[in-house]
Amino acid sequence: MGCTAQDVIAALRAGAAVVADHRDELVELDRVIGDADHGENMDRGFRAVASKLDTAAPETPGAVLKQVATTLISTVGGASGPLYGTAFLRAASAVGDATELDGMAVAAALQSGLEGVVARGRAEPGDKTMVDALVPAVDAATAAAAEGAGPDRVLAVAAAAARTGAESTEPLVARKGRASYLGERSAGHVDPGARSTALLLSAFAESRS
Amino acid sequence: MKKIINDPAAVVGDALRGMAAAHPELLRVRTDPALIVRADAPLAGRVALISGGGSGHEPLHGGFVGRGMLTAAVPGAVFTSPTPDAVQAAIAETEAGAGALLLVKNYTGDVLNFETAAELAGLEGTDVRAVIVDDDVAVKDSTHTAGRRGVGGTVLVEKIVGAAVERGVDLAGCEAIARRVVGRVRSMGVALTGPTVPHAGSPSFTLGDDEVEIGIGIHGEPGRERIPMEDADGLVARLLEPILADLPFEAGDEVLLFTNSMGATPLIELYLAHGVAERLLAERGVRVRRRLVGPYTTSLDMQGMSLTLLKLDDELTELWDDPVRTAALHW
Repeated sequence: MGCTAQDVIAALRAGAAVVADHRDELVELDRVIGDADHGENMDRGFRAVASKLDTAAPETPGAVLKQVATTLISTVGGASGPLYGTAFLRAASAVGDATELDGMAVAAALQSGLEGVVARGRAEPGDKTMVDALVPAVDAATAAAAEGAGPDRVLAVAAAAARTGAESTEPLVARKGRASYLGERSAGHVDPGARSTALLLSAFAESRS
Repeated sequence: MKKIINDPAAVVGDALRGMAAAHPELLRVRTDPALIVRADAPLAGRVALISGGGSGHEPLHGGFVGRGMLTAAVPGAVFTSPTPDAVQAAIAETEAGAGALLLVKNYTGDVLNFETAAELAGLEGTDVRAVIVDDDVAVKDSTHTAGRRGVGGTVLVEKIVGAAVERGVDLAGCEAIARRVVGRVRSMGVALTGPTVPHAGSPSFTLGDDEVEIGIGIHGEPGRERIPMEDADGLVARLLEPILADLPFEAGDEVLLFTNSMGATPLIELYLAHGVAERLLAERGVRVRRRLVGPYTTSLDMQGMSLTLLKLDDELTELWDDPVRTAALHW
């Protein structure tokens, strides 16, 4: 079964709920190596996303993703606003005006989202950022889609890989963002951006099951 | 956490309304998006000078809105850069045909959001330039970090470029002066305690009674090393030496010395530290030609201080001396 606009909306509502549930955890992760605002900013942004979806629910997956992008860019602030906003904007472009997304389309959307984040944030794998969760997620999603997996399976493997990827940031020394100022002392803590990426992908995947 | 607030989520808007009430002759504010704008803006024929960034560093930047300094300030949530549409709104409200210059502290979020806003305004035909302030010598400027942070030196950049704007210097000229000041200003800070972000509820980091954090930034991000507490002579020397070595500042140089409180360090300690810095500079043959002492680039309720040195020349000294009338600086 393909992924419709309604499915994307359901996934985003699940994402908003999981961000709200984990707001304090993300604040705490960011407090240790950043500036203690990631949970607050993401929660503010995804609350706005959910309330926008209540009043205006676009009719294609691409239009939903684009609305999410502009909402995040105009409400989150910090580095996360432009980075997540760009990810959703590129994902929207990738899916175009299709009314239903198959596994390949979902994987392509994730791939484009990753490319957007890399272009804007100029981070590479190993820099201790959300890229460390996104890269394995995209790799897993692309491989699953190539084997004919549907959207549910593609999202599930992406989420699992993102969780592992986020955990892999713990020993790393940050080279981007505010945590980079800590140098060696940034090691020993999971990157909050990688964690929020993993949380969102898990919520998207679970909304389909 | 004990703070004089109502709702942690409403702190910035509530503070802006109070600021507007306190300074009606100088500025006006908006709360959605949050903006602080010179009361008499837009000014025909003048460059719009705009800065901003996360709130919590007051008086930076809103306290420097007024004649001879910023045309507008764009405050984000606490320690969070404002969004591109807020910056665009500031440009739209203040730009009057002479273009806009954005002064941006070097933090990933600020740079991304301000550059996005500049691009969007550019698409609409407005000439918008951005200059990145990166004066913090505590951070190694390498490809392995986000680069030097913008800290206390930002105040000096805003004052001097603001004077150029007031004199009617065009956009290219203002941009050149901004880049020149950025190239000649260096800072370093120390924290005695961590700041408490209202929505986080607990300090961003904790230090023992006998510990200080050297090389602190202004967002509660920890510094680069934690050392045992020292006396004022020791701490000031620890801040001054890396600054002097960096540019480098040498015997015979004329400088502006800015001694800044991070928010909770009282003036008695700040003046004491300033005196130490003056003495150490005199011993090095560096001549202090202008001074600024006070809480101007703060980090909420963090105890601590920073030192900033700007290498002066006659033009920069004259621009510094030009009249300024803002909530936080006036002469």
